[in-house]
Formats: sequence, C-alpha cells, structure tokens
Amino acid sequence: MLEKTGLPTSEDLARVSPSKERLSRGPVAIIECFQRIPCNPCYTACKRGAIKEFKDINDLPEIDFELCNGCALCVSKCPGLAIFVIDQTFSEKEALVKIPYEFLPVPEKGEVVDALDRKGERVSKARVVKVTRFKDNTHVISVAVPKELSMEVRNIKPQRDRYEH
Amino acid sequence: MRIEEHPILAFEKRTRVEFLFDGQKMWGYEGEPIAAALHANGVKVLRRSIKLNRPRGFYCAIGNCSSCFMTVNGEPNVRTCVTKLEPGMLVETQKGKGELGKAKIKPASPSRAEVKSTEIAVIGGGPAGLSAAASANHMGAKVTLLDRNSKLGGQLVKQTHKFFGSEDQYASIRGIDIANILADRLDREKTDIMLDTAVLGYYREDGILTAQRNDKFIKIRPKKIIVATGASERVLAFPNNDLPGIYGAGATQTLMNEHGVVPGNNVLMVGAGNVGLIVSYQLMQAGINVAAIIDAAPTITGYLVHAAKVRRLGIPIYTSHTVKEAYGKESLERATIWSLDENWQPIEGTEIDFDVDVMCIAVGLSPLNELLWQAGCQMKYIPELGGHTTLRNEDMETTVKGIYVAGDVAGVEEATSAMVEGTLAGLCAAKSLGYDNGRFKELRQETINQLETLRSGPGSQLIRNGLEQAITK
Repeated sequence: MLEKTGLPTSEDLARVSPSKERLSRGPVAIIECFQRIPCNPCYTACKRGAIKEFKDINDLPEIDFELCNGCALCVSKCPGLAIFVIDQTFSEKEALVKIPYEFLPVPEKGEVVDALDRKGERVSKARVVKVTRFKDNTHVISVAVPKELSMEVRNIKPQRDRYEH
Repeated sequence: MRIEEHPILAFEKRTRVEFLFDGQKMWGYEGEPIAAALHANGVKVLRRSIKLNRPRGFYCAIGNCSSCFMTVNGEPNVRTCVTKLEPGMLVETQKGKGELGKAKIKPASPSRAEVKSTEIAVIGGGPAGLSAAASANHMGAKVTLLDRNSKLGGQLVKQTHKFFGSEDQYASIRGIDIANILADRLDREKTDIMLDTAVLGYYREDGILTAQRNDKFIKIRPKKIIVATGASERVLAFPNNDLPGIYGAGATQTLMNEHGVVPGNNVLMVGAGNVGLIVSYQLMQAGINVAAIIDAAPTITGYLVHAAKVRRLGIPIYTSHTVKEAYGKESLERATIWSLDENWQPIEGTEIDFDVDVMCIAVGLSPLNELLWQAGCQMKYIPELGGHTTLRNEDMETTVKGIYVAGDVAGVEEATSAMVEGTLAGLCAAKSLGYDNGRFKELRQETINQLETLRSGPGSQLIRNGLEQAITK
C-alpha cells in the first residue's frame, strides 16, 4: 500500500493512466500524484489547457488526455517529479519514456543507461534519445525502452562504463 | 572530503587557509565553519563529554545545540559549527568544561552601548522574517532586520528542492533561489539589515532588545517586534545516540548543501516525514548512499511524491521501525533497527543491521522561542506544533502587545506557510503603527485566505488541530 511503501499499487496507477487506445495514438503525460497536497504548477505549466485549473489547490491534478500532446513542459515543472510522458508509437518494439532527472552525470544522447522501475530496480537497458536541459537543472531525459516496460520504467542510471560501450 | 560536483549547486571559489587541529596542520576554506573544515579533514570528534569522557561531534550545525564546543585560540566553549575559520587558527579538542587559562577575552560592555531606535525589529532573516520585513516595508514602515548568520535566507539556503504551493508562494522554485527572491523584495531604503547579529534578550520593562554583533554589544528600542527565529531539530533517545556521525538531518543538509562537505559514505535516515525524505534525496544527489529510511509511524508521514522519488533511487522505506542501538568506538560504525508492533513496542527477533557511518535524525523540530518566554508571552504545550508554542491572535500578535510571531517559532509547519505568516505579521505590525498603503484590509484578508488554503489538505490535519489551540480569539 502506497502510504506504507511509497509505491503505488496497480489500482492507484489504473486511476491515473491513459487508456490503451490513447497510448496507441502517441505521446501523453501520466501524472503519478496520488495525494491531496497544496500544489498546482502542473496546471500553470500546461500551455494546451490539458491540465485543468484547480478549484482547490489541494485537489489532485486532472488531465484531459485528448488535449495533452506529451510536450513534457509539466515534467520539468512538477516539484514532486511525479509526471512522465509515454510515447508507445516511438517504434515497433520500443516506447519512449520522458523522465525528470536531477543527478550527475547527465547522460548524453545515444548513451545506453540502466532503466529502473519505481523501486529503483534495474529492469532493462535504455537508450537515451534526447536530453532536454532546463536552466533550473531539472532536465528531461527521453529514453527508448522495450514497449512492454513503458509503464514500469521511471528512472535511469548511467552505467559505470558509460564511455566504453 | 569535499563535494566536487553537484547537479544543482555551484560552490563558490574560496580561499584555502591552513590551521592547526590539536597540533596537526590541516587546510580548510577561509570563512567556512570550523566544524565543516574539520569534517572535510575526517575529524568528527570535537570534544569529550564532561563526566564520562564520551566522544561528541556536532548535532545541529546551525548554532543551536552546543554539541560542537571546542577550544579555539585558547578560548573554550566556542560553537565551531558557526564560528568562521581564519588562517592560522589553533583549534583544540575540548575536554571537560573548558578553562579560560591565558586566553584574553574582553566581555562586551553593556553600559557603553548606545540605544538604536527602530519602528519594527524583525528577529530572524529566514522565510518568515524576510516576508515580514518586506510586507512591513510595503506598507511604509521602517524595519531593522536582525539575523545571527552572515547571509539572509535562514534555512532556505540549503533547500535545493523545488517548493510546492502556487505561483504566489514561489511554487516550483528551489528554496535556495527563493531566499534571493525574498531578499530582493526588501525596500533597502526602509530596511536596516544587521547580519552576524545575535539577539540576546528582551527586557520588557525598558522595551529594549539586546544583541551582539561580533564583539559589540547593541541595544535596540523597537516600537514593534516580530519574532521569526525558527525551530531546532529534536533528538531521539536510543543507546549511543551521542556518537559523532549521528546528526540532525538538517545538519547534514547544512554540511553538504551549504558548505560542500561530504557527511559520510553510507547513511541511515531516521524519519520518513518531508525532512527525512527530502534530505535522503539530496544526499543521493551529492553522491552519498542512503541505506534505508525508517520511521516509527505505521505510514509515511511526508508527501508521497517525495517518497516515490527516493524509492525509484532504490532506497527502501521501513515504516513501524525504530533504532534499537548505535555502535562505534569514536564515531558511528553500525546501527541496528527493529520493528514496532501496533502499540509501538519493539519486537525481539526483527533486528536489521546497517553498516553506516552517518545516521540522520529527522524526527521533528521544536520552536526556538526563548525570547518569547523571556518577554512573558503566554505559552501552551501543543505537541502538534512542535512543543511549547506561543499563543497569538489571527494577526500573529502574541499575548504581549506589540510582539508578533511568524514561521516555525509560531508552530512548526513548513517554509511556504512561514512566508505567508510573515507577510501577515508584517502587515499587521505596520498597520498598528498607523501605516497603510491603502490596501491593508485586502492584503490581510488575502494572506489569511492563503494560509487557510495551504492548511486545508488532509496532510494538515495535525496542524489544524494545533492551531485551534494556539490562536486566541
């Protein structure tokens, strides 16, 4: 259970996930925010009106998956680093996952990194497709991962021999 | 060891200087705290306890706890966590109570101090004090802002994470940057900023605040006072909890984020509230491993998004666990935790060992309200707000007319509500002196509404219960 482990259950995730059909149509954000706290920068970050205005700042964010185009502006803005973008149309076998990243070294485009799940366990390799740097140092790293892991991979770790592969 | 590179922070270039520690030559950066320089040289034991000769290191790292006393240039009982390193300093491990010996110490003379008058004295330049000073300025009042540190910002200067809240409250901006934004909002024409100035006492009968700046004794006669002195980290009772290497979580944060010193290699974090979760994340950002986060409570009390952040770094969280014992000769080498049953009683056989050289204690804070006690403000013990809390009205005025409170000293919450409370106290103190820029009524209501909204979530239930007891009608 989330409050004991810090890990969302599959039911928690089901409540915030876009439908399979929506995922099959291209990039879309998933907001893994499950607790009412006073916070609304995701709403002010969204330029498309996909994240709805908060009636009460403590409300959970509400996102219109039809309006969201997966631009990932909210990914870098969320103070809780709780937003990710999934693009299951990236290639036949791979999905793209956009991840907020505040660690060193910042990986480079083309680099192969470890893909970690919500527990920090390595679940596969990932290829860095794009690095979007932000002035405030919450960078957004787009990684290609096996399609079936797109709802699992939520962190990356540069490999030790990052300059030798 | 020093932190060489950091994903968020750029440490300023500083001048290397040499000093002597118990006769041994070491180097540090000029102006950094002596204790930080020693820690960077691997020295964690700063003194010996008076009766049992036990090793002691620092605990709070911000000048509150007196655990870091050393003999410096012959002067005993120097708080090395806040005393700046100078070239050629003679730093010695302190044994016992310390003796003056041949040290030449001239006490500052109160009689010769002149009295400085001011409209509003704001004590503490953290998020609450800065906001109070700025809002009083904007109403038209002149302020003297006093802070014992060398720079403004209070504990914001080590908060490398982005804040929650709304745009009005600097959401999604890092605490370190909010410190600068708040300082820029001060009207410098109307504010006398006195840094390195520790307020020593308040004498109600004369209406005088006394303070010390370096070796100078200062008297201030303010018309109104806003106390925004913050809070200090609590300790936790377990065998060997005094071993060097066992630090307040905030102290560890000060050491790494403010001074760029590596606190250790492997950390056990005690407390899964926001401080414990945030500091764990920041330790990992500085390249330091966190072995586990534990909390005696059955659930994580910090924000779950913070918990998710540390989980995906691979840090386990053990709820319903507490520290059984710490081990180590001169400093922490190992710690054992055990699990608690539903009555918070430890369960034999559930022990887990960790080889850690640092343990961070993040079990809450208590208001730093000595000045308010001295002033005769009415106090009440309110555990939900961190212990003894000053009673005050909706405008942040205490039971002593003309003395206001804001921020953690008025009840421990977090920095966002501290800023809004500061704004409210500044507005009301200025208004009571007759200042009004024409918007007082509207601004007062706006800040009260903001506070209510910030505290209306399910995570603020305890705060709401506490405030109900602290706010007088």
